[in-house]
Amino acid sequence: MLSESEPHFRQPLLKTPFHERARAVSQVDSFIPWAGYTTVDVFTTVEQEYFAIRNATTLYDLTPMVKYRIAGPGAMRYLNRLMTRDIAKLKPGRVAYGVWCNDGGHLIDDGTVFRLGETEYRLCTGERQLDWLLDSAVGFEVEISEVTQEIAALAVQGPTSCALLKTFGLAGVERLKPFELAHFLPPPSLGVAAIMVSRTGFTGDLGYELWMRPADAEAIWDGLMEAGHTRGIRPIGSRALNIARIEAGFLLPNFDFVSSERTLRLGTERSPLELGLGWLVDFQKGHFTGRRALLEEERRGPRRRLVGLDIEGTKPAHNALLYSDNSGKRQVGSVASATWSPTCKRNIALAMMDAPHIEPGLTVWAEIYLNRELVWERRMAQAKLVPRPFFTPERRRLTPPADC
Amino acid sequence: MGSNSSRRHDAIIVGAGHNGLVAACYLARAGLDVLVLERNTYVGGAAVSRQLYENFTYSNCSYVCSLLRTEIIRGLELPRFGLQIIPYEGGCTMMRNGDHLALYDNHDALRREIARHSKRDAEAYERYLRDMLRQCRFIKPLLLREPPDPTSFKPRDIMELLHLGKHFHGLGEERMYDTLRFWTMSCADFLDEYFESEIVKAHLAGSSIIGTALGPRSPGTAYVLLHHYMGSIDGTVGAWGFARGGMGAVTKALAASFEASGGTIRSGAPVNQVLVHNGRAIGVVLDGGEEIHAPVVVSNLDVRRTFLETMDTKDLPPDFVEQVRNFKIRGSSGKLNIALDGLPRFPAIPQGSPSTRGDMHVTDTMEMLERAYDDWKEGRWSRAPYIDMLIPSQIDPTMAPDGKHYMSVFVQYCPYRLAAGEWNAERRQAFGKTVIDTIAAHSPNFKDLILHAEIRTPWDIENEVGLTEGNIFQGELTFDQLLFNRPIPGYAQYRAPVRGMYLCGSSTHPGGGVMGAPGANAASAILRDLRKTQ
Amino acid sequence: MTMAGAFPKNSKYDCIVIGGGHNGLVCATYLARSGRSVLVVEAADRVGGAAVTREFSPGFRVSACAHLLHLMPESVVRELRLGAHGLRLVADGMPTTALSGDGAPLRIDPGNPSALAERSSADAAAYPVYDARLRRLALALQPAFDTPPPRLGTSSWGDRLALLRLGWRIRRLGRGDMRELLRIGGMCVQDLLDEHFENPLLKGALGFDAVLGANAGPRSPGSVLTLLYRMAAAGAAGSSLAQPAGGLGALSDALAEAAIDAGAVIRTSAIVDRILVREDRAAGVVLQSGEQLTAASVVSNADPKTTFLRLLGTEYLDTGFVRRIVHLRARGLAAKLHLALDRPPRFTGLNEAALQGRLLLAPSLEYVERAFNHAKYSEFSAAPILEITVPTVADSSLSPAGKHVLSAVVQYVPYRSAAAGWEQEKERFTNLLVDTLESHAPGLRESIHAAELLTPVDIEREFRISGGHWHHAELALDQFMMVRPVPGAAQYRTPVDGLFLCGAGSHPGGGVMGVAGRNAARQILNGATHASHRRGRKTTPRTDAERATPANEQAA
Repeated sequence: MLSESEPHFRQPLLKTPFHERARAVSQVDSFIPWAGYTTVDVFTTVEQEYFAIRNATTLYDLTPMVKYRIAGPGAMRYLNRLMTRDIAKLKPGRVAYGVWCNDGGHLIDDGTVFRLGETEYRLCTGERQLDWLLDSAVGFEVEISEVTQEIAALAVQGPTSCALLKTFGLAGVERLKPFELAHFLPPPSLGVAAIMVSRTGFTGDLGYELWMRPADAEAIWDGLMEAGHTRGIRPIGSRALNIARIEAGFLLPNFDFVSSERTLRLGTERSPLELGLGWLVDFQKGHFTGRRALLEEERRGPRRRLVGLDIEGTKPAHNALLYSDNSGKRQVGSVASATWSPTCKRNIALAMMDAPHIEPGLTVWAEIYLNRELVWERRMAQAKLVPRPFFTPERRRLTPPADC
Repeated sequence: MGSNSSRRHDAIIVGAGHNGLVAACYLARAGLDVLVLERNTYVGGAAVSRQLYENFTYSNCSYVCSLLRTEIIRGLELPRFGLQIIPYEGGCTMMRNGDHLALYDNHDALRREIARHSKRDAEAYERYLRDMLRQCRFIKPLLLREPPDPTSFKPRDIMELLHLGKHFHGLGEERMYDTLRFWTMSCADFLDEYFESEIVKAHLAGSSIIGTALGPRSPGTAYVLLHHYMGSIDGTVGAWGFARGGMGAVTKALAASFEASGGTIRSGAPVNQVLVHNGRAIGVVLDGGEEIHAPVVVSNLDVRRTFLETMDTKDLPPDFVEQVRNFKIRGSSGKLNIALDGLPRFPAIPQGSPSTRGDMHVTDTMEMLERAYDDWKEGRWSRAPYIDMLIPSQIDPTMAPDGKHYMSVFVQYCPYRLAAGEWNAERRQAFGKTVIDTIAAHSPNFKDLILHAEIRTPWDIENEVGLTEGNIFQGELTFDQLLFNRPIPGYAQYRAPVRGMYLCGSSTHPGGGVMGAPGANAASAILRDLRKTQ
Repeated sequence: MTMAGAFPKNSKYDCIVIGGGHNGLVCATYLARSGRSVLVVEAADRVGGAAVTREFSPGFRVSACAHLLHLMPESVVRELRLGAHGLRLVADGMPTTALSGDGAPLRIDPGNPSALAERSSADAAAYPVYDARLRRLALALQPAFDTPPPRLGTSSWGDRLALLRLGWRIRRLGRGDMRELLRIGGMCVQDLLDEHFENPLLKGALGFDAVLGANAGPRSPGSVLTLLYRMAAAGAAGSSLAQPAGGLGALSDALAEAAIDAGAVIRTSAIVDRILVREDRAAGVVLQSGEQLTAASVVSNADPKTTFLRLLGTEYLDTGFVRRIVHLRARGLAAKLHLALDRPPRFTGLNEAALQGRLLLAPSLEYVERAFNHAKYSEFSAAPILEITVPTVADSSLSPAGKHVLSAVVQYVPYRSAAAGWEQEKERFTNLLVDTLESHAPGLRESIHAAELLTPVDIEREFRISGGHWHHAELALDQFMMVRPVPGAAQYRTPVDGLFLCGAGSHPGGGVMGVAGRNAARQILNGATHASHRRGRKTTPRTDAERATPANEQAA
């Protein structure tokens, strides 16, 4: 199903198994590259797609997520040495979000680990890093291979997603708890193999992720669209998802942090403690890469910290510098990701702040540039430090979900 | 011609190579009356475009542009004087088994291409680039600075040393170690820390031996690799490009910029001697006996030529002369310039791939590279040479008539002295044949397309361009000849032991390639000295 | 087997030293003298590591790897009172003679260049000057060997002072020498020698010492550094080649005596399976027998790859650090040839006295470079270079009466895993070596009673040195000082608290020097004081009490 008719120097980007379907429903022909694939940025309008996430059900093509198969008698020990979390606690059939660091305790990437069996795991990440994963494997009895092209993936997210999947024919899907995975056989009429479903997602809402053979991708897409046509199902692109993930407080590599395996400059790397991911760091579980550096950092306190901001006005504070007062003299940080939150009706942002300036309820000033019919204005907007996530509905955790 | 000078100038530049012209430009812009003297009837030294066959233009020495410092291009307004640099569109190494490795501009195409050879290497390549860029970021600010003399107690030297120390310290502990190791490693060991695939290593390693009498396994060659990476085009670090109209376009623009600032160039005016009186340079004598006087004489010639051939060694400290004799300038490269009746076919390269629109190679293992070097050590040209082959006319339409092509083939290794005896026409032809056969092994119609081939051995380059042994860097880029050691410890600051006499060629820091930094640095040293005496 | 009377079963030690090589023994002695309880565990059935005298044919004994003693500083010999512990030299100030391909051999002696003058008066004049200058430069570097290399970029005044001291020492050389040091430090030895000399035999012999034990040829940049390194070490050792009675093993025996005398316990045939880690601290070792031995500090005399990848295990290390260890270049290229001879070898043009010294077969730099060429492609040298000694001339105890042993360091022999065909290759190469020797010493072949060739693979197997490199890790600029063996473990400390390195893989490096062992011991003792200050608490009372007893203090 993978279209590779053209040599890579003519067509550098791969097409996902959903590409033809996506192209058929795309109205604005807006595609962007993602991890070597061409993917949809916007299908119709960002607003419509966003509201479908919070109101109905959405399909998002996850295939470009980089997937690694990690298997062998040493797989668990390997992952535990790689990641800051205690992977020994992850039971078969469960999924965990985690991060991994370099020796300096700086974040390389985040991702999800699926425990598929006693000694088999799948690691899903935003960026390719076979180099690091293999170098981490020295001394462990483990096999690591990239399986991105072998698995197609689709995120089915939104308040009606569970009901939709039941209608689609995945009986019992409502019993999946958050971060659980199970295998289901879609209706025989589709003629597809069993698929893996995990109750995971990047929207902070009720939602599932479906993992399947590329050959089955189109049939499942069609089946879902069919099952959901009465429920307002809608394919979405990355732009709408980005709003949802900021509301949910999720981090995006290259926006909220740059992998420490890629940085050129000193001081641009970020630690999990700085990014507010201290809860993912288990100092008790034994050694992992970066542990000694992180212990040291914990002792002295992080130098900066990722915070949530609620900014006055409606103009998103993209790339805004933050100051301690409205004179704009003393910079105290900068905005990483920003959006107007249509659900919270707040102007929100994730920002990196110098640690000494952080105290609850603190107010800082964001320098925002406004384009008024090509006349640019600078505005100092007041921004309050607020807790993250900005939006976390109860339905996200409820099992079974309300309408199932 | 009498012994009296026709006119007195503020400064004389001996040699109109790119560094001589850069120095000349800066001095002229500072208001000095500058005369550039060039032995050949054309300017440019080794950065020239020459029509040696019909309507073909050959960049017959240096052939690509990347290192020329942006500060110099902008400062001397070279684009205004006609300089245009167009980036490569790809690059490739053809393999003996019929496969190839292509390097593409597009990140995803490149990743997939490397992944054909090794999935791991495709991703390790990112780490490799990161580390090369980190080293580039470290070294770039040092290129346009005068290297400090670590033995000196002069405030300026101490300040510069402290600056160097601070700059190094700014890397942070881990990267300081990485840098220390990087500067002392062999290219082979360096690449082994990233890659497993032989073809990836062989392709990248080429840059570590170009112009040097070392093999990829010789310590210090990782730095040579960097030396070829530290250029940039329009902010893309490590990118290489063609000067539109050939490399002569660079020196033509420099000459035009110089003349626009009021400078004078005399070509066909070979300098015979630098005149020294009472321990200071006062001018030069041309071959015909004409004397020209100036209080500042700047030599663009390499350090050996400057001091051993255009100066009376009696005017120099004996230790210094000994050190000049010991300065290593080794001929190790040859060059073929070929006029082609059409575009050669390369069966290893897929139809439509842009990878022929850049540097092409045929050395597919590290061992092949190293064995090519072993031949050089034995005083013979490599039986399977490393070639850096380009067809600029694919991109630059000014280089050859429509439908026809100009091919530049840089060859490593080719010794200056053959064990078998002196270079002669027959041996030159045999060398050319080796290279042509090497290419023809990857291109079935190549030989049929050849209209004309200019074969240049190190001996030819020395004789035509005046580079000792035909060394393209005016001296080996080894530890003992870099930074404050280049060219001579204690004389690394562009000043000769004779007052008023300066060096501005690639023999000085930061070394060779069409970079212009030595010329610019020399000019600022001269201007600083002039300010002091005023 | 335990070499000390009272071996306290299963007791806790202050320090366990893994490996009873010379550095391990030196380290153990200094640690024991500070009052710590020290156990040395050695895998072989005798101490010494690669500095052993072993029987390679019934009645014939030879020093297994290094066969000359000239790098161990006088201060170590004195401080450990090795003389009192049985170290005796049967030969000292041994001459070096260069064997020539065609003409007569050449005696190399800077103090007496008359032999050289016959071949080149210019060289005879230049040699003493060259030698004196290199010695001056080497001596300026030497003190840096005796302390842990400073870390870069830290805010510690100790590190900064160490760097300043090194800078000051170099500066004190004077402008001319300082410039020369900065110039030649990274140069290749061929260029250096070509600048000074014309006689190929002299250049070959002088260049030999630069590439001995190195993965380098005379044209490899950095080879001057290895030469300076040897000269610096030799300078501290009093700079003359010597041969201990009973071979290098006797040195190890004396070191073991010294260790035991200081209170250390030595267990041989005790193979360490792994290093025990508790709470992210090295806590002891587990032997292959399953026996567990605990200690507050573990010091490894094993090479870095073995220590980190095999004994400790990567799960206690960060990936970036492991990456560095994996890429540590540690493949040996030096082999050892041992011949049991029925009569003394007779080298053409050499009298018996020359056999008291070492003979070098490296007739020109080009010859050496060609020998190295093969090594680059994992081939045996077609015309190898040799450092030959006949230890039985000075020490008849090594062979049956009237018979002799020829011991030769051979380069270049690639490290290659013992694949199929390896044994035949080895045999072929041994024959080539004998032929080579035969051409210089006619009649040698028929006097051979037994022959043995130890290749890097054999050295790896027999002495448990990963890669079979005598120096545990290639000695080159990018693996020198603060980056030896790798950043993060260059100050004898490792990323794991309580685990230290003391072997040749650490600063300053290989050769039978013992300096790494002494530096490591000092660092451990230093660290203990630092740690107790930093953490604001005392170390265990027992140790404190022992430290207070002056009985263990030795006059340095």
